[in-house]
Parts: sequence; C-alpha cells; structure tokens
Amino acid sequence: MFVITHRRFFFWFTGLLLAAALGAILAFGLPLGIDFTGGSLTQISYQDTRPAVADLQTAAAKANVGAVSVRAVGDKEISVRTRSLTPAEHDTLLASLSSTASTTELAYTSVGPALGSQFASKALWAIAAVMLVIVLYIAFAFRKVSRPVPSLGYGIIVIAMLAIDIIVPTGFYAAYAHYTGAEVDSLFVVALLALLGYCVNDVIVIFDRIREHLARNEKLGAHEPFEETIGKSINETLTRSINTALTVALALIALIYFGAAATRNFALVMLVGVVAGTFSSICRSAPLLIPISSWFKK
Amino acid sequence: MTRYRVFACIALVVGFLLTYFVWSTEANPFGAYRFRLGLDLAGGTELVYKADMSQTASGERADALAALQGVVERRVNLFGVAEPLVQTEQASALSGTTEDRLIVDLPGVTDIKAAVAALGQTPTLEFRLATSTKVGTSTEIAFLPTGLTGRYLSSAALGFGSGATAGLSAPQVILNFNSDGAKLFEKITSENVGQVLAIFLDGQPISTPVIQEAIPGGQATISGKFTATQARDLVRNLNFGALPVPITLENSSAVGPTLGAAAISAGVVAGVIGFIIVALFMILWYRLPGVIATLALAEYIAFMLAVIKIIPVTLTASGIAGLIISVGMAVDANVLIFERSKEELREGKSPREAVHIGFSRAWPAIRDGHLTMIISGVILFWLGTSIVQGFALVFVLGVLASFISAVSLSRVFLLAIVPDLEPEQEGRGWKFLLSSGFRNK
Repeated sequence: MFVITHRRFFFWFTGLLLAAALGAILAFGLPLGIDFTGGSLTQISYQDTRPAVADLQTAAAKANVGAVSVRAVGDKEISVRTRSLTPAEHDTLLASLSSTASTTELAYTSVGPALGSQFASKALWAIAAVMLVIVLYIAFAFRKVSRPVPSLGYGIIVIAMLAIDIIVPTGFYAAYAHYTGAEVDSLFVVALLALLGYCVNDVIVIFDRIREHLARNEKLGAHEPFEETIGKSINETLTRSINTALTVALALIALIYFGAAATRNFALVMLVGVVAGTFSSICRSAPLLIPISSWFKK
Repeated sequence: MTRYRVFACIALVVGFLLTYFVWSTEANPFGAYRFRLGLDLAGGTELVYKADMSQTASGERADALAALQGVVERRVNLFGVAEPLVQTEQASALSGTTEDRLIVDLPGVTDIKAAVAALGQTPTLEFRLATSTKVGTSTEIAFLPTGLTGRYLSSAALGFGSGATAGLSAPQVILNFNSDGAKLFEKITSENVGQVLAIFLDGQPISTPVIQEAIPGGQATISGKFTATQARDLVRNLNFGALPVPITLENSSAVGPTLGAAAISAGVVAGVIGFIIVALFMILWYRLPGVIATLALAEYIAFMLAVIKIIPVTLTASGIAGLIISVGMAVDANVLIFERSKEELREGKSPREAVHIGFSRAWPAIRDGHLTMIISGVILFWLGTSIVQGFALVFVLGVLASFISAVSLSRVFLLAIVPDLEPEQEGRGWKFLLSSGFRNK
C-alpha cells in the first residue's frame, strides 16, 4: 500500500525525472550519428603509440575532404568523422592519418544523406506503430474489465508510461553523450525498441493482477475500494517486478563490463531504461489508474 | 506423475541433443550449420547502391531490379568472395518516394576501393531514340528511352568491319539479344526507320546509327571509335552482364577482421558470465524452481541457437541484443510462475497443487506480455531498416520460444519432481525447496 499512499510523491518525482530528462535533451541535444545525418566514420588503430589528437586533426585536414573531426577511442584507436566520402577520398584520408605512424583500419562506414534521413523517419514510424498496436491489444485484452476504468484507459496509461520510459533513457543518453562524445546511432534506436518490449511486459503483469482481483471481487460481490485493489496488486507483484529487473540488469551489467565496445552504449541505455521502467511500472502505471478512475466517474 | 516424468526425460534428451547439435556443428570448421555472422561481426564490406529508375516505366521496375540483381551477382562471383550476398530493397510506401536499392555484402573483403572498382566495371547499356524538337530557332535533340536495355542482352562478341576512315578493318562490338530483346529490337527498328537509334554506354552515347530498315534476328553492331583493346574490354564486361539501369553508390561500410573477432569473443564471454550470474541468482533465491528454471533456460538457449543455425538467421550485433532481451523474457516467465506458486503455497495448498495453480494463474500475464511483444516485433520487422530487422527477427523467435518453453519445460520438470502429498503429510522439506528468499514464511 506504500506506493498508493504516497502516490503524490511518486507523481511529483516522475514529473521531476521527466523534466530533468527533457532538460538534458534540450540543453545538450542529441548528437546524431552518421546513421541519421549521412557522412562517414573511419575507425583506425595505431600499432604503437597514438599521435596527439590535435596533430591528427591537422593531418586529416590536409586530406581536403571537408570538415573532419577526430576523436580518441580507448588507448590506441581513433574515430574520424567526415562527410560521406568516395573510395578515393577515403584512401587519401587514410594515407594522411598514417603518414607518421603505422595503422590498421578497423572499420569504415559511409552513409548517403538520403538513406540517413530515411532511417530516422522509418524508426519513428515503427515506434509509433508499435505503440498504437499495443494500445489496441491492451484495450482488447482488458475488455472484460470496464469498471471503474474502461479498458481503453489501461491502454492509454501504458502509452503514457512508454513515452516516459523512452524519454528518460534518452535524456540520460543526451547527458552521457555530452560528456563522452558518444553519438545516437542505430543501436540506440534498437535499445529503445527493446525497452518498449520490456516495459510493456512489465506493466501488463501488474495490470493483469488488477484485472484478476477486479474479476474476483465482481464474482464475490465484494465492494473493495479501487485504491485497495491496486495497492494489493502492486504488493503482490512487487517481488516479481524487482527480481525480473534484477536478472535483466545483471545480464546487462555483464554485457557492459565484458561485452564488445560496440554494444557497450547499447547495454548502458538498456540498463538505465530497465531500472527507470521498473520504477515506472511499480510506482506510476498502476497508481495512475486512480486519478483516471475518478476522471471517468465524472 | 509418471506421465510428467516421461515428458521430462524426453525434454532432457532433446535438450542434450540440441546442445550437442549446436556444439558439434560449431566445432567442425567446414560444417553446413555454422553460425552465419553478419558483416559487423565477421568483417567484410557492405555496399548499398541506389538504382536510377527515372527512365524506367513503373510497371517494369521490379523486373529491372531483378535483372540488376542477377547481373551484379554474376559480377560479384567473379570477384571471388566466399558467400557473397546480393539483395534488393524497395523503399516502403511510408517514406513517400519509392527508391530501389541494391545491397551487396562481401564477407571477408575489407578493401572497399577494390570492391567498388570491380563492381563499377559493369557497364550500363541502353538504346535510345533521338527525337528533335524545335525550340525557337535552334533544334534540340532529346534521347528517349526505348525500353531496350542491357537486361535483354544474351552475349557480346568482337568483330571487325570495314572502317570508312581508317581503311583497315575497324573493331566492332556485336550485341546478341535474347528472344524478348530480339522482338523488341525488331519492333523498334521497324517503327522508326530513318531515325537515329543511339546506343548509350554508361550514360554516354557511344554510337548513333540511323535505322536503315527493320532489323530482325536480334543482332546489333556498335561501331564506335574503339581501339582494339577498348572493344575487347567492352565485350568482356558486357558478357558478364550489362546493367539495365544506372546505379550509384550510396552507402559503404567495411569492418576489419580484428574488430569483428573481438566483438564475437567479448560477446561470448559476456553471454557466459551473464548466464552464470543469472543462474546463481535464480538458484539462490528460488532454490529448487531456480535450478529447474536454469535447466529450462539452458535448454531454451540451446534451442534458440539451433533455430538460428537451421533457418539460418544471420547474427549481427543487434540480433544478439534481441537474443539477450528474449532470454530476459524467458527468465521473467519463470519468475512469474514461481512467485505465483509460492503464494499458493503460503495459502496452505499442497506443494504439487501450488505448482499446478501457480502455472495456470500466471498464464494470462505471460500470454498478454508475450503477445504484445510478438506483435511489436512483427511490426518492427515489417517497418524497420535492416539493423532493426536483425533485432526484430531474433526477438520474435526468442519470445515465441520463451512462450513455449516457459510454460512447458519448467512445468514438466517441476511436476515430474514435486510429489503428490496428502494435506496431513508433513511436506516441510518440499515447502522449503519451493519457497524463496531469506525467510521461510
């Protein structure tokens, strides 16, 4: 019942969290990677010691391929971002970067500007479509519970939750990217999509318990205040919510520590999202049913 | 009880066979069922070309794209790459404009320049009719596409005709059309006698002969200003196929073998450590059900890996992310069931009854959660770009498998072990094994 009695505090806390996340997004901005903007990214590893980044920046400028930004990665690697290059320009750039030290090219990606913007719009469409279908499915799955909140209400709450569950890790990533130089790439979008799946499942488990209690009360003719039903449902599913989040978080921490560099940012976003999402489904999704129920009573 | 024990034994044997299958096919470096790794993990080059369809009738786009794929496939095979993959992609209606793309995957190739150059040698061949229109005082000549393109070409040959200027025999390129191309060529020539039928190679008119008469038989001659070497190279390139439409390189990416190998070994280490941590947590917290869930989870993972090998699904970094999330969902289904059984146990049900009811009570939540995830995954696969699709495919497969395994495997294993005790019998040992956490309430 703790969550229900103090639900105002959690609503305020949510508001603050959301404000912080939106603030971070607005203040730091989301540095879009070449998957979205088009351009090219070259990852180079130096055999011995890496020359100073400033020197490399000057060397890269000599390749004459427009604006070049050189960033240090790890101990011996750099990543170089430019506009999208032709194979010949790419060779020139490589040559000018390895003029003083021997290098190995680890990876090279070049994305045309048209494809970049298309990826962004496709990703947004996909997220929107997934959300819409989730509302419809939940409205359908909860069609038998209509009091005190109609089944569509559950769907709408889930969507509001999912929006927050996505905004919070995005805000975190905006701040993280600001300090580490990370970029929003396609794996970030995949992380958000995976979070959508995780958070929906998380909320449904709690809602399912509410549905079960409401059905039982109706059958027995018991008149239980809605607050009590919700509080009971949250308490009963609490261990499960925390344990599931804990196992997923443990797997993600293993991925952050031992996994490949390419999936590190992905796992970090997922970890923040899973923690925030679990908090969100316990402390917000079900308690939100109470104000909604009084709203529907009117 | 006996029934469940038989099922449990079958499930164990199947699990063992699946694990053996995954292990043995991976141990054999030349086996047919090795993991198919995406370019981001295995290393290699991916080139994305945009096909310029502006001169192609909308009804013929699909055909032209298929012809394009065939030609580029032949060209790529010439490049000598193991398991190259040439795919076509038509941008969906969502993005407004329709774009046709050709995606060429070259595993193991890291020299983009060489790859682009090798593909770039594929000529674009088109026949266009010249029409002159009067604009003011000057005459403008426009070349209209006839629909006769490189895709109707069956072969090219080198010939020598009597050159008007050189006096000696000048090198010529003789084009042989296939039967459709021959019909089209005859139709065009018979309808446009006296006009100029220009032959465009890579967007440039290389020969502009005037049609003297209808030409049956499907043979055309290009007598441009070739040197013998130029003519020979052109014939060779045309014989490997001429592109029906021009293509431009839009995206290219290459991943070196070191980065891919590091990603794989790090991914495997993270996966194994992650599994051990999750298994330890499950066993310490959930005791007997935890052990069973770990067993079911191991079998689930073996099953997923076997499915990925058999279909086969190309594993990429995003696909592995999908696998991790679906493993998380499989754990969640088990946690749900155990928590529910524990509640029933607290209410004084016998251990076996508690397991039975726990499963049936947890079912609606598992069903709705899994179904929404499957639906989301299907939508992502349908709308997404290739990276998102890589995630969605593994995710949907994984959630489907979790749907089946959580409710069948764990259930069968638990019911095969937990005995059917009468209420008056003391089942304290079983109660301890089926409880969780630090307290024994």
